[in-house]
Amino acid sequence: MREVSSWGRLRRAPHDVVRPAFLDEAVAAARTPGGPFLGYGLGRSYGDVCLNEGGRLIVTDALDHIISFDRERGLLRAEAGLSFDRLLRVTVPRGWFAPVVPGTKFVTLGGAVANDVHGKNHEHAGTFGAHVTALGLIRSSGEMLTLTPDDNVELFAATIGGLGLTGLIAWVELQLAPIRSALFETETFALADLADFFRRAEESRTWTHTVAWIDCLATGAATGRGFFTRGRHAEEGGLTVHKPARLNVPFDAPGILLNAHTIGMFNALYRRRPFVLGEKRMHYDPFLFPLDAVAHWNRLYGRRGFFQHQSAVPMASAFDALRQLLALTAEFGEGSFLVVLKLFGDEPSPGLLSFPLPGATLALDFPNKGESTRRLLNRMAEVVVAAGGRLYPAKDATMSAAAFHAGYPNWRKLEAQRDPAIMSDFWRRVTAEAA
Amino acid sequence: MTRILILGATSAIAQAYARRRAAQGTSFVLAGRHAERLAAVGADLKACGAAGAESFVADLAASDEIESHVKGLRARFGAPDEVIIAYGVLGEQARGEQDLSHARAVIEANFTSAALWVLTLLKDKPEAAQLTLVGIGSVAGDRGRASNFLYGSAKAAFDRLLEGLQQKYAGSSVRIVRVKPGFVDTPMTAAIENKGGPLWASPDRVAADIERAVTNGRRVIYTPWFWWVIMMIIRHLPWFIFRRLKI
Repeated sequence: MREVSSWGRLRRAPHDVVRPAFLDEAVAAARTPGGPFLGYGLGRSYGDVCLNEGGRLIVTDALDHIISFDRERGLLRAEAGLSFDRLLRVTVPRGWFAPVVPGTKFVTLGGAVANDVHGKNHEHAGTFGAHVTALGLIRSSGEMLTLTPDDNVELFAATIGGLGLTGLIAWVELQLAPIRSALFETETFALADLADFFRRAEESRTWTHTVAWIDCLATGAATGRGFFTRGRHAEEGGLTVHKPARLNVPFDAPGILLNAHTIGMFNALYRRRPFVLGEKRMHYDPFLFPLDAVAHWNRLYGRRGFFQHQSAVPMASAFDALRQLLALTAEFGEGSFLVVLKLFGDEPSPGLLSFPLPGATLALDFPNKGESTRRLLNRMAEVVVAAGGRLYPAKDATMSAAAFHAGYPNWRKLEAQRDPAIMSDFWRRVTAEAA
Repeated sequence: MTRILILGATSAIAQAYARRRAAQGTSFVLAGRHAERLAAVGADLKACGAAGAESFVADLAASDEIESHVKGLRARFGAPDEVIIAYGVLGEQARGEQDLSHARAVIEANFTSAALWVLTLLKDKPEAAQLTLVGIGSVAGDRGRASNFLYGSAKAAFDRLLEGLQQKYAGSSVRIVRVKPGFVDTPMTAAIENKGGPLWASPDRVAADIERAVTNGRRVIYTPWFWWVIMMIIRHLPWFIFRRLKI
């Protein structure tokens, strides 16, 4: 048994770990009897969606072979453990980019499918799953199924955003997006309040990438104060790939380092950065993956780890719900290092349980202070559910079964498609009361 | 164009090294036991920019077949510019002390066959042809230790063989690089409990060091570099301390 944590590092859970290096070994691992298993990529989901305490984990990060890469058409098929980090190293010099990337490069293709991840370009490109042209799925029977949007339609839809429960994802084929440059053209504006955010978002519809950072200390009329950044792939500037991270957090920061004062200071300083506003050209790495600059940044939250709240609320109720969520955060007084706000587009996600919905999404980190933090997260979840929204399983460690069922009415369809030999701590938690 | 022959091409270190070289348009001959796995490695290298990647399916540790394999390789693919000897087995020390066939398998894989591959490759090599040989050894070969002297002694013997060849071929068309990795996070070390921590390196870290050593013409490298310090200390520990250590 080996102890495994997710990115939030809330607990270390013992697992029976196997790490296949080739697909035949993955098939053998999936068909080995002996309790439920779960696929695990690079462990960047925050809560328990990637954990299966006391059970088996099939770690896929060594399954990272590219199977084929059509450089003319930009069609890439690779084993599911391939990370965006390596994918971009191979495709960028040839003028192709991943169509959708999450906020870190250290996510596997399998993880991107299982959580149907989104990026800063959701309004234009939809979710990652929208670009998947075919999938290989290993069932615990030992069968290797090929799923496409046209064959095996139901299992395909259940696997996109299916939290790894329909089988072990073996390989993924996706349509890449052509780029002329590794640079982005970006513009950043100050936001006075929440209404300002919606105005900027509205007038930025032609920009492919948008995101806002919100100062969690602003209250009352100033709620929603922050920065709005929009960007798009530049037309020129070379096809240079990113470099490895230069900074590292080698060990846990003492818990005392992260408190209301230091977080307040960080937010105040962040807001006053003089160089941030205006037009800039920058490499895709700092624009799309700013946190990747510091390896193991999650250790900054100390031994007890941290929670993340990410929710999506429909457009009609977004303004009020966001104001309530930010008010709750400010009232709680612990603050949050990075509060990220963006709009989702109307493009329907192909997955049965995909997270994005037309509206707005808000993400915040909270250091784990025990019960009080959990209470805050529960109150925030209530606001989200009342607004007709939902929480993101990839980030969640606390939502109730009721909140999950309200946000994801299709969950029983996924349960019906679940491979009987696969289970996660998340799924146990959110299906427990109904079972 | 550089032609690289990799003996043990499905090993994690070999794959990481090949991926680094693939971007430069290199062509590969990938030797190993599993046809399907070699094909997966080859497809990946081609996607990364390799000019070609051919599989050569063989049990590399079978000493009796090495001469005919080398003939077959020459006939099919011509002479390589660079050969990496990357296969090997860790074995189980305790089992090898009781089960002599296991001990023999560890020695055959890590020393006997590896030595014969090198000797055969050098035997009929045309005088003028440049050849770089990279032998992956181990820090375990630097001092015999109770916990793994079977594997360690086989790697040590291989290292001595390469050292001798370095002297013989000094200043000639043959270059030999001896690589001594420390703990590497690979499937070979999967059975080791409590893996992880500052002493463990990724295969890519090791591959980067090997690439630099090949480019700069180094004779011997420890990878990561701090193993040079660690092994210097371990080699020089006085007996009255060494005998008490559980390493």
